Amino acid sequence: MKRQVPLVLCFVFGIVMILTQFSPHSVSQWVYEEVISWVLIIGPFALVLATVTLIQTHTARIRRRTEHWQYSFVVFAGLIIMVLIGIFFTPQNSVFEWLYNNVQLPMDATMFSLLAFFIASAAYRAFRARTFEASLLLITALIVMMGNVPVGDFIWNKVLFWTPWEDGVSWWRQWILDNPNLSARRGIILGVSLGVISQSIRIILGIERSYLGGGD
Amino acid sequence: MDRRFVFILVALAVIIPMLLSINLPVSVSEPTQKFYDYVEALPAGSTIMIAFDYGPSSLAELNPMAKALLKQCFDRDIRVIAITLIVDAPTLASAVIQEVATEKGAVEGEDYVFLGYRPGQVQVMLGMGTDIASVYDTDYNGTAIGEIPMMQNITNYDQIDLLVDFASSDTVESWIIYANVRYNQRIAAGVTGVIIAQMFPYLQTGQLVGLLSGILGAAEYENLVGAPAKGMQWINVESFVHLLIVGLVIIGNITYFIHRAREE
Repeated sequence: MKRQVPLVLCFVFGIVMILTQFSPHSVSQWVYEEVISWVLIIGPFALVLATVTLIQTHTARIRRRTEHWQYSFVVFAGLIIMVLIGIFFTPQNSVFEWLYNNVQLPMDATMFSLLAFFIASAAYRAFRARTFEASLLLITALIVMMGNVPVGDFIWNKVLFWTPWEDGVSWWRQWILDNPNLSARRGIILGVSLGVISQSIRIILGIERSYLGGGD
Repeated sequence: MDRRFVFILVALAVIIPMLLSINLPVSVSEPTQKFYDYVEALPAGSTIMIAFDYGPSSLAELNPMAKALLKQCFDRDIRVIAITLIVDAPTLASAVIQEVATEKGAVEGEDYVFLGYRPGQVQVMLGMGTDIASVYDTDYNGTAIGEIPMMQNITNYDQIDLLVDFASSDTVESWIIYANVRYNQRIAAGVTGVIIAQMFPYLQTGQLVGLLSGILGAAEYENLVGAPAKGMQWINVESFVHLLIVGLVIIGNITYFIHRAREE
């Protein structure tokens, strides 16, 4: 019963929602809008689920004394403080905004900024023209990188001013994005879309059941 | 070369151009020009919905774009409905809107409204196609939608002239699938540098009317709007970091070929 009910619900709602896409009838549209409203109500439960999972994960880390388990207390402190202020004083509260602007925002931005250092180091160590394909990738990357900043065109116009192209680097960067990149992306999109359709049919028909858990 | 030496070089490539205030000329790319032209062609009184779909980690690239667009909208009497689908974005988005609104003298509730965050990305996109009030019954400050003057004649996407998604993840594709394909909503996007490559198929099909690409797109848009700010400053800084990385890659390859020649 625990498995049959979700399978039946999945099948019925899957088929009904597909049918609503092909029928402009008022009943069909009413069903569509009603189901969307239900889903909007269900949506916030994902946040509750995520919070519960976070608490469970960090409680287990503290209990097992895994590496860096002390930092889990920081997670709980952050979670409790922000949730309490948010719930009782609203996110527009000056303390909430101060914590966001002076703690979360700089920490988040700092984490992302560190990427620049690691990308530079990784590019120096790993970007090698070992094969023809790697050389092609290397040349393309260098053109796109230089085309993404004004100094690329500045150097081109100073050094290669005798060529018929002005702003040649950004022209080549745009050509790469508009042609080889676009073609490859479209192929990926088509492949992924076909995969999504086939997987959706498998779920609706109950062939794919891994979302139920239990490894079935 | 020790990687700590690389880190020091990167730090210097960021700090020195910031201190020197270098200004290199920025040319405008076609996707940015299309974005700008579309907004310019909208008559006064039109409505744009801006989705702030990014968190603090991406604000360096996307805040300058958002500010430039908001300035253009307020200058041209285009009304703005702002939302976000990212849970840690409301405070950030609210601050950006407040800053530009104060600068331009825009009135909350009449020239702009910030509706805040609602969970469930796809459901929010689909729900607003039917009735925005069914998703956002109040704005970010808790004012009922029915009491906001500029929302009086706005029910769903039919009254939105353009939806702009400032994004650092896959939300642009979701907006295209659920708002453009299903409801025929016109969409433009401003995205971080790392995801621009995946946007180009949608530009070619016309599902995106324009695209701002990373900090370069922000600088280009600031140029077009005539309000150079952080985008212009940071693209010059980025120029030197890119130059450094290109230099490091070339040095790394020269070293590699010398080693290989010796081994052979």
